[in-house]
Amino acid sequence: MKNLFLTTAAAVAFGALAASAEEVRVYNWSDYIDEDLLEKFETETGIDLIYDVFDSNEVLETKMLAGGSGYDVVVPSGTFLQRQITAGAFQELDKSKLSNIGNMWDVIEELTAQYDPDNAYSINYMWGTTGLGVNVGKVREALGDDVALDSMELILNPANMEKLAECGVYFLDAPTEIVAIVLQYLGEDPDSKDPEVIAKTEEVLMAVRPYIKKFHSSEYINALANGDICAAIGWSGDVLQARDRAYEADNGVEIAYNAFAEGSAMWFDQMAIPADAPNPDGAHKFLNFIMDPQNMADASNYVYFANGNEASQPLLEDDVISDPAIYPTEETVKNLYTTTPYSAKVQRVVTRLWTKVKSGT
Amino acid sequence: MRRKVLILVPYLWLLALFLIPFAIVFKISLSDTELAIPPYTPTLDLSDGWNGFKEFLSELDFENFEFLTTDDLYWKAYLSSLQIAVISTVLTLFVGYPIAYGMANAPDHWRPTLLMLVILPFWTSFLIRVYSWMGILSTEGYLNQLLLSIGVISEPLTILNTNIAVYIGIVYTYLPFMILPIYSALERLDGSLLEAAEDLGCSRASAFWLVTVPLSKSGIIAGCFLVFIPALGEFVIPSLLGGSKTLMIGKVLFEEFFSNRDWPVASAVAVILLLILIIPIILFQRNEQKQREAEG
Repeated sequence: MKNLFLTTAAAVAFGALAASAEEVRVYNWSDYIDEDLLEKFETETGIDLIYDVFDSNEVLETKMLAGGSGYDVVVPSGTFLQRQITAGAFQELDKSKLSNIGNMWDVIEELTAQYDPDNAYSINYMWGTTGLGVNVGKVREALGDDVALDSMELILNPANMEKLAECGVYFLDAPTEIVAIVLQYLGEDPDSKDPEVIAKTEEVLMAVRPYIKKFHSSEYINALANGDICAAIGWSGDVLQARDRAYEADNGVEIAYNAFAEGSAMWFDQMAIPADAPNPDGAHKFLNFIMDPQNMADASNYVYFANGNEASQPLLEDDVISDPAIYPTEETVKNLYTTTPYSAKVQRVVTRLWTKVKSGT
Repeated sequence: MRRKVLILVPYLWLLALFLIPFAIVFKISLSDTELAIPPYTPTLDLSDGWNGFKEFLSELDFENFEFLTTDDLYWKAYLSSLQIAVISTVLTLFVGYPIAYGMANAPDHWRPTLLMLVILPFWTSFLIRVYSWMGILSTEGYLNQLLLSIGVISEPLTILNTNIAVYIGIVYTYLPFMILPIYSALERLDGSLLEAAEDLGCSRASAFWLVTVPLSKSGIIAGCFLVFIPALGEFVIPSLLGGSKTLMIGKVLFEEFFSNRDWPVASAVAVILLLILIIPIILFQRNEQKQREAEG
């Protein structure tokens, strides 16, 4: 007990000591940055960077709404950002401190303005689509050589799922995104807020539920790369990271990402500064650092997600900027849709449905 | 006077670390959700004095508790948590008692080492230990590799992401909490009582059941409480080792809190969980006390 007390006291004293140097605390998605950039920021600015990661918008939102998270920069997705702005969780950006803001891409800024009018509270970090990651060899083995690798039929039709179950299928543990996909599959409005329409997705999900190995929002990267699973509903860049890891491991696994032919959701991860950030000044420095074309290009080249920074585009590697899975062709863009936040009541309907689907009862 | 001060210490402890937090949770359970920081309303504002307090009280209601009765998810989760907690407590007792018994009967100079060995796992983070069970129990994990290589099974067993993995995790994690109180009860046991029982014609087995077990009852009860109470609200073990079919109230609480952002309903779930725990414990203690008085 005494030892415990001593260690605690030492930790507190140490914490106080460390706090004397300027620090910025960033809370970002997992597997979402080239870690060399973190070091670069520290050497350039002399600020200590404390970098934590999460893998669900829900966890981030709870921290934001509880207040006092202690973070200076956080990265919610569009719909979540919009709701948290309403709750007063963020402070307006001081654009005079952001000399690189002119590098941002107006096409993306226009789209993110639907969540954050005038982009007053946030800058776009990365954006992408939610689609289908497959192990090409295994899926063809199970379903034949001419199977469409970009169709929702692959993972929402029980006949196909039954054959894929053996090699393993993961779904994102992100209820709002999966519900939107199933609504699109049913020919309904993916952004529907009508509980009765949303309820229709239950039947589709329950029919394929027995064949889903796991609901998880980050493990599928490694699972795909190692060949442990053959298909996953996932986020574009994550699947492409899996493709890359498999390629590097040279394990004979070929991973492909496709947006759904039926239409995919487009999402935006936005960097914002919490209203109670301990170091808003440092946070602005971090945002400005991220908006530097070279830094943003390095990040995208590393994580295979498209970014909202137009000036970074000439610096992107060819396999990033020319890959339609990352920067979709205009044809695909027409097929993409965006969603808006649920009210608390509808959110409860969706969560309840999700609990039911996940527990399979 | 001195005695009063001494009694005051545990009561202050109880007040600061149990009653006040509980009052806060209970208050939130009577509130309504709101999109704000913090995400519920009303919050206590004493700037208006007494009127502000009255207004605050008038806005509280039991709606969230009523809500819990409208959806079968909640009582199903309570029941399945109770089931998992009871079964794992019994399993832990069966595994823990022989270990404690062996320790108490070991030669004196071994006991400190044995005791140390029981506590040793605590030197590693709980989370890391649970994670390593994932490595042991997964389909390609060490356990399956071992069983396959010695030919016990021909197909790998699916243990991870099932309730069996949850039981293994709980028994493993809470075993020391069962062993330690039972050991301390058995260690105090007067050996001459056993000799007397055998002198009076008891076989060793019946002496164990008639003398050892009843005299270690206090240790068994303490151990069972120490395992059962945390197991009932367990969140980490079912979410890491359990499958999506494992329904436990800890996970429901997490969903209410994180996915629904509904702190009031989450608090209501927590208050009920506490009642489920406290009422039987109080009844049990009353009963014990009555028995003691009757004996005394």
